Amino acid sequence: MTHSVIELRVTAEDRRVAWLATAAVGLSLVDAAIPSPLPGIKPGLANIITLIVLLRYGWGTAVWVSGLRILAASLLLGYFLAPGFFLSLAGASLSLLTLGLARHLPARWFGPVSLSILAAFAHIGGQLLLARVWLIPHDGVFLLTPLFAAAALVFGTLNGLIAAKLLADSALPPAHV
Amino acid sequence: MSSWLALLRPGDWLVILGSALLVGLSLPTFWQGGMADKAIIRQEGKVFAEVDLRNKRQLVVAGPLGMTQIQIEPGRARVLSDPGPRQYCVKQGWLMRPGEIAICAPNRVSLQIAGRTKVYDSLSY
Repeated sequence: MTHSVIELRVTAEDRRVAWLATAAVGLSLVDAAIPSPLPGIKPGLANIITLIVLLRYGWGTAVWVSGLRILAASLLLGYFLAPGFFLSLAGASLSLLTLGLARHLPARWFGPVSLSILAAFAHIGGQLLLARVWLIPHDGVFLLTPLFAAAALVFGTLNGLIAAKLLADSALPPAHV
Repeated sequence: MSSWLALLRPGDWLVILGSALLVGLSLPTFWQGGMADKAIIRQEGKVFAEVDLRNKRQLVVAGPLGMTQIQIEPGRARVLSDPGPRQYCVKQGWLMRPGEIAICAPNRVSLQIAGRTKVYDSLSY
């Protein structure tokens, strides 16, 4: 009988992703605890983490943190593989793609707030499209568009401001989390 | 407050303004999209009249209890009076969105608003 040892090498990058994803999951739980007037309208506080990660560590890390956050939060809140999970996934995918493009905007002009708003709009866009194609195959879902768009603008701006503030503060924990 | 405003870069204002404009534009686009086009009046379940919601008009539909008066105005319609005992369809007031319906069950008259696209009450599958 042979003993084989499988060693998982945990890099500093892995630890960082895990920590940041944990913080994002925490914010997702806070998000879920905030009462919402309409299902689907949430502050999306976890996106603050996504923004900070994107601007500090790059797009790849942001995708990892975002993906892990959705997976873990859905398991904790009990909607893993439920429609809400796929809506979440669709929204996050589209907003990550948007962020991937938008981060090349000149930083002197466009800060975290721009990125946050664009991502928020991409997020609702992805969710509405998936809802239209899959959950409610009727144009009636688009009646909610103005509400979702207004929420995306408000929360996108607020989250962007918070992310900008955290990035600007020297109090932020050092890069090697 | 000013320290928060300092976090906004010039382009950010542009994005905020652009998005606000988009939200403003989305209102008429999505909330009038299927504008009420016509009223369908049914008597005993059969279509009694299909009226364009363009001009002012009044119709009288005869039912088993008496006359139900329907009033049509540009973009909206209502049951003006009905001989039914509970007056639910009258109290509903103006109907202006596609899919809205007022049913005067005792007199077997219904008034429904239709748009360009068919709207469903509910879907199940």
